[in-house]
This record gives sequence, structure tokens and C-alpha cells, in this order.
Amino acid sequence: MKILAVDSSGLVASVAIVEDDNLIAEYTINYKKTHSQTLLPMLDEIVKMTETDLATVDAIAVAKGPGSFTGLRIGAATVKGLGLALDKPVIGVPTVEGLAMNLHGSSALICPIMDARRNQVYTGLYRFQNNELNVVKDQLPIAVEELIDTLNLLGEPVVFLGDGVPVYEAVIREKISVEYSFAPAHMNKQRASALAVRALQYWENGIFESADDFAPEYLRMSQAERERAKKEEG
Amino acid sequence: MEKDIYILAIESSCDETAAAVMKNGREECSSVIYSQIELHKLYGGVVPEIASRKHIEKINPVIKEALKNADKKLSDIDAIAVTYGPGLVGALLVGVAEAKALAYAAGKPLVGVHHIEGHIAANYIENKDLEPPFICLVVSGGHTHLVKVLDYDSFEIIGRTRDDAAGEAFDKVARAIGLGYPGGPKIDRLSKEGNKFAIDFPRAKVDGNEFDFSFSGLKSAVLNYLNQSEMKGIEINRADVAASFQYAVIDVLTQHAITAVKESGLNKLAIAGGVASNTSLRENIEEACKKEGIEFYHPLPIYCTDNAAMIGAAGYYNYLKGVRHGLDLNAVPNLKIGER
Repeated sequence: MKILAVDSSGLVASVAIVEDDNLIAEYTINYKKTHSQTLLPMLDEIVKMTETDLATVDAIAVAKGPGSFTGLRIGAATVKGLGLALDKPVIGVPTVEGLAMNLHGSSALICPIMDARRNQVYTGLYRFQNNELNVVKDQLPIAVEELIDTLNLLGEPVVFLGDGVPVYEAVIREKISVEYSFAPAHMNKQRASALAVRALQYWENGIFESADDFAPEYLRMSQAERERAKKEEG
Repeated sequence: MEKDIYILAIESSCDETAAAVMKNGREECSSVIYSQIELHKLYGGVVPEIASRKHIEKINPVIKEALKNADKKLSDIDAIAVTYGPGLVGALLVGVAEAKALAYAAGKPLVGVHHIEGHIAANYIENKDLEPPFICLVVSGGHTHLVKVLDYDSFEIIGRTRDDAAGEAFDKVARAIGLGYPGGPKIDRLSKEGNKFAIDFPRAKVDGNEFDFSFSGLKSAVLNYLNQSEMKGIEINRADVAASFQYAVIDVLTQHAITAVKESGLNKLAIAGGVASNTSLRENIEEACKKEGIEFYHPLPIYCTDNAAMIGAAGYYNYLKGVRHGLDLNAVPNLKIGER
């Protein structure tokens, strides 16, 4: 089972080819160029370097959201185009779950945070049990203070990761009352390899869709829709 | 006999998701347009984030339908053309990322196309005999340009709007007289019941370049007229306002275009863009061209609105000229005409 994985949900652009228990190639950059300029050249690079025939890929995995709206769409349009041309299915992996996979085997509660602006984070809570990632709290956008209150109530050691960490580190340090740590550089941002591993698990459970049907899950309405809904509420 | 060239074209620069297959640039094998206009009516204009989200949902089905209607497979296609600017960046990016992935996975050349050059090329589909050089008046919701088309890939802008695009003025005036969005077709329709000479709205003169346009003064004049009439308790005849406003726009567009053609000595005038489907504008320019002995070209209304067939036409000529874009092609929201 060979999976091609793409993540452009946040600041990092990451692509990977994973075949069963082997990571064949991975390319991750955290640089100011836009995903539109980097993502496909990076994919081309690893495909060439590993002499991969795209026709041998079984499925294409992508971070389906949340994340930067534009970043999610660049990833989505890329996998939809690949899926259409290659006639392969798409496996949409929740972005926050993909991030949590970076910390396989952690005994602490895993709390990825992504900056969602408007003083909110996209987050979720995950725990490894019997070698499996369990969802304690599914991904959602909430105020960072609310997240910290929840963690304090749970009273368990927690490890943070994600590109929301530098934005909210000071608030976390100030308000958290449980034991905590921040994941180091090699595992604290989106990694397409981790996404691919999670995608394999979805695949084994029969969860995938056609490239035509796939669309990101933004977890948020557009600003215009929000304002309109507010007006209608009065 | 030379081999036929098939281009698969994709357009997503604003609120239409479109794909088309074109044969040798001028023959449409298929053209599919999914218009989002109903979604945006709720907001009185195009909402970029909503447009981008809809593009993602529709892009694959639209491309597949275009291939199916043309009875072609991706492997039959010679190159993939895509609009990469100007337009809404989030909307453009959907088409650009999709086209790049398709071109990459199918091993096809990628040709990025300028949206306005696409509008100009819409004339080639309709008029098989039209060849550059000619003058083209491009009028749409976002653009008002007088362009000297020197060659299929070479353009000189000889006039442009200093403020609002003509289509923008239509939308704003339509809103002011309670017609709603989109303003162009609604004003065009209502104008037929009104007297275009009823109100003498100003024709803006612009310093510097005689071919430049300005529509914000006209828009203000209409708003002032509405306000003053209301204050004086005079009942407004909306049809007369629509007709007089529209005539003021058309009059200026026609005059500039005709003068440009006469000065260029080219004797050929084409029109393009959403506002080019305005029936009064067509009639007015057609009449003026007849009087001056100028050959007048225009696309069918369906090729005036945003579509992918025109991108395929422009893409074909760029393809012939050797234009190829890489996998790092980005959306360029303010791309200039003729920029490569």
C-alpha cells in the first residue's frame, strides 16, 4: 500500500511517500515562499529522486483542515488534480490528528495547537493507548484560555506542539497548572509522513473518498457568512 | 496535414468555475461553466472566500464534464491552459493548483493565461477570420481597457480607467436605484423602457491621455441626482435614470474606441468582457463602426462572461509561441496585460 501525502495547512509545506511500514521519502520546508510555489516542485523532487512511478500510488492523503483557508485549498486542489489524472482516491486526514501522530507513543496528553486568529486556536486532545492514537477531544476552534482551563481540569501531564505554540506560549506558561512540555523542532510542525501513517489507518477502516468529492473542512464559516448569520439572529 | 492541437482550459478567477476543450484555438469542443452568482447575490457582490470554497467543490466535476462533452480523455490533450491572473487570489489559486497537478500527473505542458488576454481571444472563437492587429475594447466588472492587439501574444494598452471599471459603475448605480446585483444586465433591461436623453449626465474628461476613462464622477452624478430629486420630492423615473446613465457610459466607451481605431489606422475594432454583452453598447458601437467604415467584431454573449473556452483560445496561441509554465506557477492577482 503506497500513499502519497501532502500537507499545506499551516506555515510548513510537507510531502511524503510512505509504503506500508516504510517512509520512502519526505520533504518538509518552513520557508516564506507560498505553498503554491513550493508544494508541487517538492513532490516532483521526491518522486524523481525515488524513481517513483505515480501510477503505483494507491491513494493520496491530504490534511483536510483546519488550517489556513488558502493553504488548505492549495493542498485540496493539488490532490484533486492528482487524483483526477491518476484515477486514485483521496484520504482526508484531520490536520490536528496528523500533528498528534508526530508524538507516537507519548505517555502525556497530546495537544496540538494551530493559530486560528481572533484569539482562538484550532486544537484537539489525543492519547496513545495500546499503540493507537485515541481522540480524547476532536479538533475544534476555541479560545486558548478555554483550552487551558480544560487541561487544568483534566489534571494530566500535557505536551504541546504546532505553529500556535510560539503565538500562545506566554499565555500557556502563565495560566497552566499541570505538568507540561513543548515538542522539539523535529516533531512540532506538520509532517506529511505522520499524516500518511494516519491515512493508512483510515484506509484500513475503509475511510476514503473520490478526488471529485473531496473538499476541505474549514471548521469555520467565511467572515461574510458569519456576519450575515449574526444579522439574521438580530 | 498538421496534427490537431487540443487544449484543456481552466478558469476560476472570480465567481465562475469553468473548463473547456478547444481544438486548434478557435473550435470549441466543449465549454462548461458553473456560475456561483446566486450564492453571491445574497451579499450584493462576490465574496472571495465563498467563491474560493465553491471552486474547490466544483472544479473536478466541471473538468470531467468538459472532457466528457468533448469526447476526450486527458491523454488526448496536448496542453493544459489556466488563468493565473488577474483576479481574486484565493479563487485563482484553486484553478492554478488543480491545473498544475493535472499537467504534472498527466505529463502535459502547462500554459498560464492572462484573464483579459483570454477575453480578447474570445473574439477568435466567433470570428474565424479575425487576426491581429486590431483594437479591442475590454469592459467588465473589474476592467476597462482599450488595447492595441499587436499579435496573439503582444499587447499595448492605450487607455484604461483611472478609477472604477465600467461594470463596477453599473453595479453601484443598480444598487442605488434598487435593482440589485449583478447590475449590468438589470440596467440594460430597464433602460429599454426609459429615455436615454432624459437626464444629461456628465461625460468625464480625463487629463493626460485622451483614451483613459473615468466613471466615478458619473456614478456620483447619478447618486446626487437621486438625492436631490428625493429632497425636492420629485418622483424618480428609474428607467430614465438607468437609460441616461447607461448612455453616458456607452457614449464615452464608443467615442474612445472609435477615435483609437481611427488613430491607429487599423480599421478593426473588437469588444470583449462581461459588459460587451450589453445590447445597447453593441448596437451603439456597431452603428458608429458602420458610419466610419470600421469592421466590428464581437463574441457571442456566452463568451463575454467568464468562461474557459476563451482561455483555451488564448492558451493555444501561447502554446504555439512556446509559452510553458513550471510547477511553481503562482496566482498573480494584479497581473498586467502582456506580462510573461
